[in-house]
Amino acid sequence: MKITCPYCGERDHREFTYRGDATAIRPSIDNTSLDDHQAFVYDRKNTAGTHRELWNHTSGCRTHVVVVRDTVSHEIFSCEPVGPFAKQLARNVAKLKGAGA
Amino acid sequence: MSGFRLKAAETGGKALHFTFDGKSFVGREGDTLASALMANGVSIVGRSFKYHRPRGIFTAGSEEPSALVTLRSGGRHEPNVRATEIELYEGLEARSQNRWPSVRFDLMAVNQLAGKAFSAGFYYKTFMGPRRAGHKATQFWYFCEQFIRRAAGLGKGATSADPDTYSRMNAWCDVLVIGAGAAGIAAAGRAASAGARVIMCDERARGGGSLTGAPELLDGQPAAEWASDAMEELAELDNVTILTRTTVQSMFDGDTYLAVERVNDHRDEPKRHQPRQRAWTIRAASTVIATGAIERPIVFAGNDRPGVMLADAARRYAVEYGVAPGRAVAVFTNNDTGWLAARDMARAGVIVSAIVDVRADVQDDVRKAGEESRAEIFLGAAITGTRGWQELQGAHVRDFHEVSNTLGGKKRFIGCDCIAVSGGWSPAFHLTSQQGGKPQWDAELQAFLPGEASANWFGAGAMAGKFGLRNAFRTGEEAAVRALTQAGFGEGESSVPVIEGDAIDYAPAPVLEINSPGKSFVDLQHDVTADDVRLAHREGFVSVEHLKRYTTLGMATDQGKTSNVTGLAIMAQTRDMSIPEVGTTRFRPPYTPVALATLAGEQYGHLSTVRRTPMHDWHVANGAHMYANGPWLRPESYNAPGETVEQAYIREARKVRESVGLVDVSTLGKIDVQGPDAAEFLNRIYSNGFAKLPVGKARYGLMLREDGFLFDDGTTWRLDEHRFLMTTTTAGAGHVMEHLEYHRDVVWPDLKVALTSVSDEWAGVAVAGPKSRQVLAACVTKCDVSNEALPFMGVRTGEIVGIPVWIARLSFSGEMAYEVYCGANWGQALWDALMAAGEKHDIVPYGLEALSTLRIEKGHVAGPELNGRTTPGDLGLQGMVSSKKNFVGAVLNNRPAMQAEDRLQLVAIRSIDGQRIIGGSHLVKGTKDEPGLSEGHTTSTCFSPALNAYISLALLERGRARFGEKMYATNPVRDSHVAVEVINPHMVDPKGARMHG
Repeated sequence: MKITCPYCGERDHREFTYRGDATAIRPSIDNTSLDDHQAFVYDRKNTAGTHRELWNHTSGCRTHVVVVRDTVSHEIFSCEPVGPFAKQLARNVAKLKGAGA
Repeated sequence: MSGFRLKAAETGGKALHFTFDGKSFVGREGDTLASALMANGVSIVGRSFKYHRPRGIFTAGSEEPSALVTLRSGGRHEPNVRATEIELYEGLEARSQNRWPSVRFDLMAVNQLAGKAFSAGFYYKTFMGPRRAGHKATQFWYFCEQFIRRAAGLGKGATSADPDTYSRMNAWCDVLVIGAGAAGIAAAGRAASAGARVIMCDERARGGGSLTGAPELLDGQPAAEWASDAMEELAELDNVTILTRTTVQSMFDGDTYLAVERVNDHRDEPKRHQPRQRAWTIRAASTVIATGAIERPIVFAGNDRPGVMLADAARRYAVEYGVAPGRAVAVFTNNDTGWLAARDMARAGVIVSAIVDVRADVQDDVRKAGEESRAEIFLGAAITGTRGWQELQGAHVRDFHEVSNTLGGKKRFIGCDCIAVSGGWSPAFHLTSQQGGKPQWDAELQAFLPGEASANWFGAGAMAGKFGLRNAFRTGEEAAVRALTQAGFGEGESSVPVIEGDAIDYAPAPVLEINSPGKSFVDLQHDVTADDVRLAHREGFVSVEHLKRYTTLGMATDQGKTSNVTGLAIMAQTRDMSIPEVGTTRFRPPYTPVALATLAGEQYGHLSTVRRTPMHDWHVANGAHMYANGPWLRPESYNAPGETVEQAYIREARKVRESVGLVDVSTLGKIDVQGPDAAEFLNRIYSNGFAKLPVGKARYGLMLREDGFLFDDGTTWRLDEHRFLMTTTTAGAGHVMEHLEYHRDVVWPDLKVALTSVSDEWAGVAVAGPKSRQVLAACVTKCDVSNEALPFMGVRTGEIVGIPVWIARLSFSGEMAYEVYCGANWGQALWDALMAAGEKHDIVPYGLEALSTLRIEKGHVAGPELNGRTTPGDLGLQGMVSSKKNFVGAVLNNRPAMQAEDRLQLVAIRSIDGQRIIGGSHLVKGTKDEPGLSEGHTTSTCFSPALNAYISLALLERGRARFGEKMYATNPVRDSHVAVEVINPHMVDPKGARMHG
């Protein structure tokens, strides 16, 4: 499987670490509901089909990316960065691409 | 079977000497072990898996189910190697398997007599029953099981280390061509002509596929010569890489392939500086799969006798290797290729005694080929049994009616010592099946074809059901054009040779089994008979998946390459269904067995990644015994001449408590955490508070996983308002970094925090012992190290012999101690300066063992206690779990079961009978013979110089309430049963006066 990192380009999946279901959102730091935490840690839909999942480009730029992937065919539809620098980096990449063209 | 070297082939080729079961033989260059054994008249090469029946050579390739041998000896011993694939080399050493005392006379063959008992499902029926007292029969079978398990099986594994190296390679290409037969060569040539980067792999030594033994003329040249020239021409092109002896084992997502190159398996020892095997990861823009087809047998009674082999294999031994598979060969077929095999063998000088075809009639040109072989021809007939003791002596033939599938007429006997059998051809679409490609049944060809798949591959030649050379060249080029388009290239140029030769119809009659009395083997490697398949049906295991698991059909090392379709055909007939209705199982990677060493590649032995601290050379020069801690090498102990590790660590630990010692702690994970929200971030990550940690102070912190279990620990120092230096365990560094990055990027991207791994940037030395302050005072400048200026947990900057350092007053050992960090390049200078400053206090360097001993005595936890199943409460650290704030793992750590009283709790135990306590022992109440239930287990053990006893940290049910209790630490595997007393884990200085002093 190959994942196209928004910064590094197309890379083998072995450079990435799977970090789980991107649709599972951690309860906010003020939330102390046991049910909410239980759901976040344990409850998964185990989707067969299009799924949003989180990967970390650990052997590359170490960016976390949300990969939209078909869990049956393993086809990858998109790969978007997340994190505090995501927007800034996206702008930089766009600028670089513009300069290249 | 008594094979021999054919007259015409007696000259030529270098003689090569080899041994089989200790007996010397001579083969010649170009032989496989199988052809050389056959040329020497060796017919029995192994014993079958279950019944220990004698087995011979069945095929001439990697699909071989029977001729499995053990190769070489010592560290290069390799079991279950297919004799049909091993190229002969001078001095080759091979042994037969699964026999005692010898392959010709095997006592374990008594299993055959009990054949009825060992039918399909034998293990399930016999050994999975209820195990109740008084169940005499079941108990008897449990007793027998150990013997039966020993009798079943294949070769034995090596018992010494493999001296060879293995490597991994990554490659990229525009067009990957798998298989260098006619279709593969055509595809590679076409793709190369368009300028694409091509990699072509073939599992055989020289490629060529069926061309190497084909009777056709290509451009007026014999096919083998043409193939050899074509391969050479391709190899000369800059944009073509040819990998021979390379099996493409697996096809993965994203057009990624694993191929295993047998770089040196055709030599006694690898060439200097070369690996034995190389695992290639090939990423291709597009792929042409031209893996050909595998011939399958017709199943009949007695079909496993040595001498029964596939027709094309018999033909190849005669034509390619110049070896007659027998003195008189009978061909049994349901299709035309059997007839041509008979003719080609006869042309090579083999006597073909009979051709038996289940079909009532054949085409004229086919009949003519039969006549040319001068064999007696039986049409509308079938072989119903074989005769012979260990070797084949002849076969019984009866009339056979193809449409009603019935036998009739009188039984006739034909003399033969080899039966060459052909039941048609099964395309080798294993790779596409691995990727989930659903095979399609072709009734005309009586074969599954690869069907459509999502990956960018294109089938060609026999693999795609396009049999015959003309089809192979045509479809090879067609597939190449599609692959080129996929990879963004032009169409290239065509260069199909002119082919003179037979036009063969490959479609067989739909007959795969002759049902007559006697054992008819479907899966030769796992001893699955046709009756086993019918038994599975009778017992309700009718789906293919159940059939496979119940009978183990197709589950051996050959993965049923020659047996799957026949098994399905028998099940289909029994269920009165068609083969596609019964369905087929999915092939799993790899295509042929792969050595684990090959997959490990360089990550093993002296080629694996090693991390050394800046003081590594000093440690080694001073007698340190180095110990691998993850990738890090750390000193275990510094052994004086004649001193054991245990003597050394006890001396070192004692010295630290009495005076002072120093230890290299550079391997600890170190993460620089900076930013205006750094304190808030750490406060959410650690279970204890970090928000109010003052600048210039360190704090020991616990990290939990979100599920509430302990994750890692370490000290974090506040260097500045917005800057912290976090230390982690050596092994946990990488995981902690990922944990922090995840929370920074995904969970709280609003927090302004930057994280940098600085583990390698800092060298660290811990100075511990009552004299540690004096040692520092003697060498530190620009920093007051007095108790008032640098209190416990204080962090200061200073200089040592001009080297800027961070000094943190932390203690892992329970003594007064300091961790001194400096830039990694200064590590050795810092170490030297501290050694010099400590000289008058007799300072000792101490290793991991002493470090561990000191922390065990103090009751400090480390890796063995942070085992992923413990909570802070279990380890007596509940006080470090803040109830005033929220943090990662806070909520789930609060679950009742996580706080339950009967959990395993941290205690220490002390040996009271003077015996050593072994790590991993269980804590029990009973005697050595009747230990009773485990109530806990030991985690970290050592000899304690402070207590003058063997001690251990342990996890014990309700442990904290059981101090003073007497128990046993039992370890039946290591034959140890030690009387112990449960004690408080804080064994040395529980009040902390020494470290605070």
